[in-house]
Amino acid sequence: MSPRVVFPNKLLPYLLLAPQVAITLVFFYWPASQALYQSVLREDPFGLNSAFVGLANFRRVLSQPSYIDSVQTTAIFSVATALLAMVVALLLAVMVDKIIKGRGFYRTLMIWPYAVAPAIAGMLWLFMFNPTMGTFAYMLRSAGYSWDPLLNGPQAMTLVIAAAAWKQISYNFLFFVAGLQAIPKTLIEAAAIDGAGETKRFWTIIFPLLAPTTFFLLVINTTYAFFDTFGIIHAVTGGGPGKATETLVYKVYNDGFVNLNFGDSAAQSVILMVIVIALTAFQFRYVERKVHYG
Amino acid sequence: MATVDLKDVRKVYGGRIEAVKGVSIAIPDGSMCVLVGPSGCGKSTLLRMIAGLEEITEGTVSIGGEVVNKKGPAERDIAMVFQNYALYPHMKVYDNMAYGLRNRGMARDEIDRRVREAAATLGLAEFLERKPRELSGGQRQRVAMGRAIVRSPKAFLFDEPLSNLDAKLRGQMRIEIKNLQKSLGVTSVYVTHDQVEAMTLADTLVVMNQGLAEQIDTPMAIYERPASVFVAGFIGSPAMNLLAATGGEPGKGLKLAGGAVVKPRDTVLPEAGREVLLGVRPEHMTLVSDRNNADIELKVTAVETLGADTLAHGHPVAGDLRSGELIARLPGSVHVADDDVLPLAIQPGMAHIFDAASGRRI
Repeated sequence: MSPRVVFPNKLLPYLLLAPQVAITLVFFYWPASQALYQSVLREDPFGLNSAFVGLANFRRVLSQPSYIDSVQTTAIFSVATALLAMVVALLLAVMVDKIIKGRGFYRTLMIWPYAVAPAIAGMLWLFMFNPTMGTFAYMLRSAGYSWDPLLNGPQAMTLVIAAAAWKQISYNFLFFVAGLQAIPKTLIEAAAIDGAGETKRFWTIIFPLLAPTTFFLLVINTTYAFFDTFGIIHAVTGGGPGKATETLVYKVYNDGFVNLNFGDSAAQSVILMVIVIALTAFQFRYVERKVHYG
Repeated sequence: MATVDLKDVRKVYGGRIEAVKGVSIAIPDGSMCVLVGPSGCGKSTLLRMIAGLEEITEGTVSIGGEVVNKKGPAERDIAMVFQNYALYPHMKVYDNMAYGLRNRGMARDEIDRRVREAAATLGLAEFLERKPRELSGGQRQRVAMGRAIVRSPKAFLFDEPLSNLDAKLRGQMRIEIKNLQKSLGVTSVYVTHDQVEAMTLADTLVVMNQGLAEQIDTPMAIYERPASVFVAGFIGSPAMNLLAATGGEPGKGLKLAGGAVVKPRDTVLPEAGREVLLGVRPEHMTLVSDRNNADIELKVTAVETLGADTLAHGHPVAGDLRSGELIARLPGSVHVADDDVLPLAIQPGMAHIFDAASGRRI
């Protein structure tokens, strides 16, 4: 163990922390507190006056059928995105782990999509699957499948899920590859000698030992699906057709910045915040217990 | 239980690198064969080929008279103990030991009986509900042994199982492994780079160097008659002294590189003019009272006092550094200081002569 390093200057540690703290304060805590504040206000249509209305915004939002629909949409979208992104990434990572020649090359290529901005990724998928000019849309139609995400809600949902998951796969892949590398090879060999076939080895040795990675990714992917997919939805479907792909975070944007209903929008973002906090707390409380840390 | 037979086993990596260059060993049922050699000599590769973890490029491996080249590790019915133990960290000790039995579809109460029996033998009974990380190094080592024992396999394979333990525990576990192997009577192959482990454990000792088995014999036979310079230098501690020499006229003994003449007793000497290496173990040199009876005079350059023994390092007086370094193991009661000149006699029959060019014993 190296000896403990002590800062010679009392001020230095705070100075080093300052940029992080300042950015978090200005761009996270302050807006969050503003949202909290706004959620209990009601503003007139011209933005000249606002009045304190207590929890009226929350009551109205929660009683809207469209809000409940959006909760449902979000649930489907988030679970599907997180699951798809993680399962595909794990599959790819396990495959790449088996390659001997050119492993680094494959790995690098797999990571590339992560560098693509969400809006660009959205546009990419939009172009590929656009009913009038998309290559894949053309192929689907030639195969006799009536493909039109602009009119068909479930199809639009499938498209945004695929686009959102595709972008996150790289990130998950990277962590799974690192997780797999951390599993000693002799463990796998010992299991092989112990008579476990490849599938059995995966489920009884590899998967349990990957649990810390999987749990971490579960938390990250849930948060990603809830918040960071706004850009993709905005670019691909704009929440439509109808409100088929309007997730909670998209509704916050739509009600607040498009329809300028700041009170409702703020109330929604507060609810969203509560949901994600509750979800993460749940994951740590109940899922993490099953995780074995090496 | 079964015999393990290797016939001209070769391993070539990527068509170029030859890790094992044709090794044949016959291990009788119930005996312990130790593969020893410096790192990179191919001993671990050989073991992994027996286990089925590496493909065999050429030759055959048979277990119980049956060629197993094409069989997977599970079908060979062997158990392996790894250097880092390779315990499943997320499973309790009990499950670690039961894993291999469960995979083979054994009945639950039979598994329980075997695991508890092995745990009792190894003194692990109270640790069955613990995870490996809650155990000490020695206990983990025992769990790894237990995992091998419960299976009652045809053969045990050990891949440097003690090298992660501290010196004291290593000595203790060495004895335990030996006793366990003897009482279970399971054919075993044991890989190590530690020559003390090799000497104490082996029924058959295989000294490997650069992919070849330099010598296969009992430990004592190898100690007494090393087949080559390599084996002579590898087995025994401190290592055997090797002095460059040439054969003298008949009856005149050996000429050391520095000019001195040595005439070891009860030793067949090489013909005149032949370049050889004279090998004498440090423990086979005796301090004599005067220089007329001495075979070699040692000029001391360093002294190691070990208590029971004193190791005198130096070089022959009449020679110089060209004839090589010398170490003599003297009784601890002898007082030696730097720059002393010690008259030493080689015990009769304890000199080894090797051909200088080929390194083989003459």
